[in-house]
Amino acid sequence: MDTFCGRCGEPLGDSPHAACDAQLALEPPRFCTACRRRMKVQVTPRGWSAECVEHGTLTG
Amino acid sequence: MTDILERARTTTLDHGQGLSYDELVEVLRLPDDRVPELLELAHAVRMKHCGPEVEVEGIISLKTGGCPEDCHFCSQSGQFTSPVRSVWLDVPQLVKAAQETAATGATEFCIVAAVRGPDERLMSQVRDGIRAIQEAVDINVACSLGMLTQEQVDDLAAMGVHRYNHNLEAARSYFPSVVTTHSYEERWGTCQMVRAAGMELCCGGLVGMGETLEQRAELAAQLAELDPHEVPLNFLNPRPGTPFGDLPVMDSADALRTIAAFRLAMPRTILRYAGGRELTLGDLGTRDGLLGGINAVIVGNYLTTLGRDADEDLALLTDLKMPIRELAKTL
Repeated sequence: MDTFCGRCGEPLGDSPHAACDAQLALEPPRFCTACRRRMKVQVTPRGWSAECVEHGTLTG
Repeated sequence: MTDILERARTTTLDHGQGLSYDELVEVLRLPDDRVPELLELAHAVRMKHCGPEVEVEGIISLKTGGCPEDCHFCSQSGQFTSPVRSVWLDVPQLVKAAQETAATGATEFCIVAAVRGPDERLMSQVRDGIRAIQEAVDINVACSLGMLTQEQVDDLAAMGVHRYNHNLEAARSYFPSVVTTHSYEERWGTCQMVRAAGMELCCGGLVGMGETLEQRAELAAQLAELDPHEVPLNFLNPRPGTPFGDLPVMDSADALRTIAAFRLAMPRTILRYAGGRELTLGDLGTRDGLLGGINAVIVGNYLTTLGRDADEDLALLTDLKMPIRELAKTL
């Protein structure tokens, strides 16, 4: 279960992050949703990867 | 006085000359109900002076984030609280990205670094990367590495870089509101050196950064004076943590007026859709711009944000009967 927003890094709690969710269609996540660390993100012409040193790498 | 679009038709379509600053201001002041007529003229100018082909390009960030400059639109500046972290791409990943770009039919692959200007480490990485791409992929390599010295210009030309990107970013009068860590004149100087060295010059800017309509016309006129081979037109995508992060997204009718005005300022240039079009124009606006003066696209993703699906853009070009420019014709 995600604890933090991948875009803004704020706790998800009970508040919606609808604007962030919409933006995540146009940009990769910058924060690890498990620990809030800023991830190392590489965007390529046809994909992206986002690496958290603790929780591994996401790709899209 | 005759109508601005009548005069523009004579100047740009019949004579192939660009509009003046004053005329561009008039174009940008046209009401919404005349935008379709404006786009129709811009499209006719593009078709007559450039043809139906579209140049497709992919871009890649070789060095992301941590930039010492303070370009207020950019999430890669180390001076802001942007969440973008510093990352370097290795050569095998660079080659893979070039191969993926070439597979779309693109003829251009631009290597970009978020720096004031390249140091020896970056120049070495670029040298190795270009050599590896040239051995593996049939594609033109372009670079965007910030401000250059003459020696670096000469080195890049010797490496086979055929086009160098260095945007003016904004009109001269608005530039100090956008960047304070270097000057408009420094950017202009790099552009002049690039062209003198025989590389093609790619130079454009961003709109929707709070500039006035007159400053938008000023940017177009200053680009026309510089006369680059290619003009990438970006629409501000307000990035979190940057000084422009809270600006509104540009109105789509204004964006289309700007596209057409840039085409009428530079009837023969390669006018490229660059960043922000997905947010500003959406799918329908993307189509309108291609029918309003645009004749080049960045396919796929940008440096830190995502673009339209490459296959959707390619399908749109097929639908519009706009063939992708072939590699041989770009050399």
